[in-house]
Amino acid sequence: MAEPTPTKSKRPFGRSVLILLAIFAGVVVYAYGFSVTDVDLSQIRSETRREQLTRVMRALARPELVTYERVETNTDTPFYMPCPPGGFTPPEVDPFSRHITVDPACTEPGGTITVHGENFSPNARVTVYLVPPSGDLELTLKSGLIADDTGSFTVTVDTRERPSDQPQTIRVKTREPIGSIFKPVTVESIDPNTGATVVVRSPRISKAALDTWDKIIETVFLALLATTLGVLIAVPMSFLAARNLMKDITTPLIKLGLQLVAAPVGVAVGVIAARWAQDISGLLTDSVLLVLLGLILLPGLIVLALRWAFPAVELEPPTLGLRISRGLVLFVAAVASIVVLFLSASLLQRFGDWVAPRLGAFEFLGAFSTTIGDILAAIITVIAALAGAGVLVNLAGKLASWMRNHLPDAITRPLAVPLVGLAFALVAVIIGQGIDWLYQIGDPVKIIWVPAAVGAAFGMFLAIRAYKREVVNIGLTVYYMARTTFNAIRSIEPLVMVIVFVVWVGIGPFAGSLALALHTIAALAKLYSEQVESILPGPVEAVQATGATRLQTVVYAVIPQIVPPYISFTLYRWDINVRMSTIIGFAGGGGIGFLLQQNIRLLNYQAASVNMLAIAIVVASMDYLSSRIREKIV
Amino acid sequence: MKGIRLLKVEHLTKVYEGGTVALEDVSFEVPDGEFLAIIGLSGSGKSTLLRCINRLIEPTEGRITWDGVDITAAPQEELRRIRRRIGMVFQHFNLVHRSKVLTNVLQGSLGYVNPALSIINKFPKEQVRRAYEQLDRVGLRDQAPKRADELSGGQQQRVGVARAMMQNPQIVLADEPVASLDPVLAHSIMQYLEVINRDDDVTVLCSLHFLDLVHRYADRAIALKDGHLVFEGPPNEIDDEKFKEIYGKEAERVG
Ligand SMILES: Nc1ncnc2c1ncn2[C@@H]1O[C@H](COP(=O)(O)OP(=O)(O)OP(=O)(O)O)[C@@H](O)[C@H]1O
Ligand SMILES: [Mg+2]
Repeated sequence: MAEPTPTKSKRPFGRSVLILLAIFAGVVVYAYGFSVTDVDLSQIRSETRREQLTRVMRALARPELVTYERVETNTDTPFYMPCPPGGFTPPEVDPFSRHITVDPACTEPGGTITVHGENFSPNARVTVYLVPPSGDLELTLKSGLIADDTGSFTVTVDTRERPSDQPQTIRVKTREPIGSIFKPVTVESIDPNTGATVVVRSPRISKAALDTWDKIIETVFLALLATTLGVLIAVPMSFLAARNLMKDITTPLIKLGLQLVAAPVGVAVGVIAARWAQDISGLLTDSVLLVLLGLILLPGLIVLALRWAFPAVELEPPTLGLRISRGLVLFVAAVASIVVLFLSASLLQRFGDWVAPRLGAFEFLGAFSTTIGDILAAIITVIAALAGAGVLVNLAGKLASWMRNHLPDAITRPLAVPLVGLAFALVAVIIGQGIDWLYQIGDPVKIIWVPAAVGAAFGMFLAIRAYKREVVNIGLTVYYMARTTFNAIRSIEPLVMVIVFVVWVGIGPFAGSLALALHTIAALAKLYSEQVESILPGPVEAVQATGATRLQTVVYAVIPQIVPPYISFTLYRWDINVRMSTIIGFAGGGGIGFLLQQNIRLLNYQAASVNMLAIAIVVASMDYLSSRIREKIV
Repeated sequence: MKGIRLLKVEHLTKVYEGGTVALEDVSFEVPDGEFLAIIGLSGSGKSTLLRCINRLIEPTEGRITWDGVDITAAPQEELRRIRRRIGMVFQHFNLVHRSKVLTNVLQGSLGYVNPALSIINKFPKEQVRRAYEQLDRVGLRDQAPKRADELSGGQQQRVGVARAMMQNPQIVLADEPVASLDPVLAHSIMQYLEVINRDDDVTVLCSLHFLDLVHRYADRAIALKDGHLVFEGPPNEIDDEKFKEIYGKEAERVG
């Protein structure tokens, strides 16, 4: 814009060429788009397509909420074959009631007649019979005939060679629904499975509606479980993905090296401690009394140990001896805690098994207890491994601080390089194991030594690069890793994820819950972390300035600020999960979607219509509910 | 707490990430129990200086020692132990709005209490009693159960003072504690700081905008200009010439 005059006349021309090019490019893009999306209006105009559409739309408009019991009704008219002398005039018909007429009213044996019926049920399935004078024989003239939308039909049929001078009968049979929603009736019916005669109501709630009810309940609870699990994990994760909390976390190189080496060792220690605890609790679980005793005594002991190891107010830094004895006491307390977990798991399972058969309709409460016990038992080892890693990482951090305070820089700094190399080598070997699991390489050189060498080289390279600054910005590294992971997981639709879970845990709502939960974790962690990033920094600063730890700062300055947005995002996610859970069944994830897909495949549109209706009601009412809660709380 | 301890700032320099030099080679000393005012134009580095002392901001260069302990070199654990003896009062109060007043005051004890128990909001009875005592001192005992954002600005700043006092501090850093309050409230807050300084023998470092407040409350003043220390001495030595040097040629003296 600085040199205006000389090029003034040229620029509009260049620009119009550009605009033309842009328009042309746009046309090309849309033309290609039409071709790949098969835009084809002749399909829309096609007669058969329209008919099908009409049929499906009409079925959808009539959700099969109730089923009517059908009873066979006969509509008769007298008929002569051959014609009596003097001919035959059929009786008068009432044009407003159900009737049939035959044309001609009498014929030569085997002659052709036209049967016309009126005022049948719309689309009723009718069968035309010839009943000879004896009255105990029905000869089918035409079956599989469908009345039109007004309940009329016309059909031309050949009669049989059954001459008689007595009057015969043309009979139209139809299975008619009986009763109405306002005036239901009870009738006897034959159970198709047992053959027994049962008394049923007509109309009654249809099987489609009952199945829909079952599945819609499943759907809502699927959404509930997925949201709960997702929120529980997403909340702590979101702090890792919040830049403002993470950016200041730096760690000296040597500390990072020691901690990275300590973490896998800690996992091993945790797993071993869990084994011990399991063995110890195995001694007790034979007897319920011992389990109860253990559950009463051990927590008390643990609390006492914690009280002693973490005094309420501590003014002076503790001595080394005190620290070591505290550490030992805490280790024993940790093993005891794992024992308590195992005992609780066992107790829950026993209680569940015992109580379930005694609860009748509430049997599921017992099963719940058993399952929770099961889950607890399954995750104890994981908890122990994580706790072990946490403790050892912490100790490694302490050791590193001690080394930095007591050893000269000339020793600690160079020491960091091989340590970080070792740590990265370990990580690389673990990754190598994962790759081996996927691709079954099986060659120790490729899955252990090469990764170890590459990891070590990379680690040492990083260490040397950070050598001068001496600290590394571990917080930002974790932040970027968390962000990337969440973005990657978020980009995979739950409908796709569920395929993997179906393979793992089988078709059904459990697979759906897990897939939705995983997606919820990633999506919510990102939304939550953005809320953490937008909190006021002042209170955080103020709490930090009091000498609070990082965790205390989060609890006292961050969490109070994020409660309202967290609630509102949780509700928002709940809405999404309800929606998703209604279709996750399309991919095997359980819930109403499974039923809907089946009904569509079987062309059972009236049942599908019930499913859709239920989905609409549930989604709308959950939307309404969550918006009300949002109004109340936020 | 006898004997003269010193807060010693030596050759302190702070360069922000963008390259702004907020402080350059600032050195001064504060003896125990002094009320020191820090003055200077907006942007002269007052907040930066105060935040460097408890390392809410990491200094780029220089040393800050207190009673011989090097604050600038303290590792995390030790830094927490140092911070808990340094209270801080902020211009915008920095209370946690959605928390109760009592909780805001109790935050001052976080450096002392058992970290595990404090996470689940359990404080020792003794600390709760002290929190009420501090609220009593600032005349807000009956506001304890209210949410912090239900209080007026002046009340909020009194809670801020109570929170700082809860730390049982030996130093209080006050960053323009009265800049968002009217003159009457300003004096009442300054009087709390004065009482703390006089009766509890707490060293106070307070940045201020109004010279009359400096004259009225401070034992000594230092002045910053563009990150440099341009004055150090008793407030009554700030004559017209000094004033113009600190605040620029155009400045008019008010108050
Ligand atoms: N976080 C930051 N990042 C970059 N520069 C900053 C930051 N904080 C302050 N500065 C700059 O450092 C200089 C000193 O700022 P400081 O906030 O210490 O001044 P101040 O004297 O407290 O001013 P005021 O009286 O307005 O509060 C200013 O130029 C400011 O722009
Ligand atoms: Mg400031």
